[in-house]
Amino acid sequence: MTSISITVNSQPVQIDAGLTLREFISSHIGKDLDSESKAVDGSKLGLAAALDGVVVPRSSWNTRTLKDGQSIEIVTAAQGG
Amino acid sequence: MNSTDTPDLDARTDPFVVAGRTLSSRLILGTGGATSLATLESALRVSGTELTTVAIRHFSAAGSGNVYELLNRNNVLALPNTAGCFTARDAVLTAQLAREALETSWIKLEVIADEHTLLPDPLELYSATEQLVADGFEVFAYTNDDPALAGRLQDAGVSAIMPAGSPIGSGLGILNPHNISTIVSRATVPVILDAGVGTASDAALAMELGCDAVLLASAVTRAHNAPLMAAAMRDGVKAGRAAYLAGRIPRRDTALASSPSEGMMQTLVGEF
Repeated sequence: MTSISITVNSQPVQIDAGLTLREFISSHIGKDLDSESKAVDGSKLGLAAALDGVVVPRSSWNTRTLKDGQSIEIVTAAQGG
Repeated sequence: MNSTDTPDLDARTDPFVVAGRTLSSRLILGTGGATSLATLESALRVSGTELTTVAIRHFSAAGSGNVYELLNRNNVLALPNTAGCFTARDAVLTAQLAREALETSWIKLEVIADEHTLLPDPLELYSATEQLVADGFEVFAYTNDDPALAGRLQDAGVSAIMPAGSPIGSGLGILNPHNISTIVSRATVPVILDAGVGTASDAALAMELGCDAVLLASAVTRAHNAPLMAAAMRDGVKAGRAAYLAGRIPRRDTALASSPSEGMMQTLVGEF
């Protein structure tokens, strides 16, 4: 299978070509996500993603196929402020 | 005096309404600086806060615990911030990510001028405010203690003005109480004293000056005993609020005896 190079939270990563943002994030966080990218186990994800500096709403993760050279930021709440 | 003569202040008698929501506590606790999630959870519970700030950072599968889950199980609302942003552009993107991640349109807007002071950059702050208000956010604007800038932010549509008492994490308290009073006197949205609180008397002073609430983090999370300081802050905020509503006596240059001069024993009259 062809692989592509992307950047995830500033780290270079090789992934299979053809993965959607939903599929990638699901494997990255270790949780099954439904077609709306909600956690199958009912938990709140508390995550957001940006592709090349633009926020991608969770409902669109399933329709965005990752391309070579793209940069993903996956963020969550952390202690602060 | 019976109990009905000593009114208790609570959400029913003295509601704190911000961005259309009524909160029962006027203390907003930040989560930064806690040595462990267990300590943070204990401090949050003791403080009685209903709203707490969180930062937005990279997800890490190897992360040490989940602060978002902690807030959810304690029914504490998350107020995401844009800490670490130096430009309006970065702050707007961070706010949009926060809205998506935490499913809230509330954002504590911080746009910092430099690492040394961590004071807000007024121009970038104003620009970000305009963009976020237009995008439907409830903006809690962390700002300098400048009444003119606070007025401009209010006119731009912020949901709360959050003037700094002194630099973030400094513990220097409220360096310019007069400016805070001026901001309060002109505000039509809640004023939340943010940054610089070092101890409970600072929080009480903020409330005595008429602030609607106090936001603090380091003073509790970096205290030797964080839960005990959380209790002190909780009580300081309550005491300050009660004192503000009760109305302090005017300051005088000379003494004013509280005991009557009538009925004094004859031998003592004239000795003073």
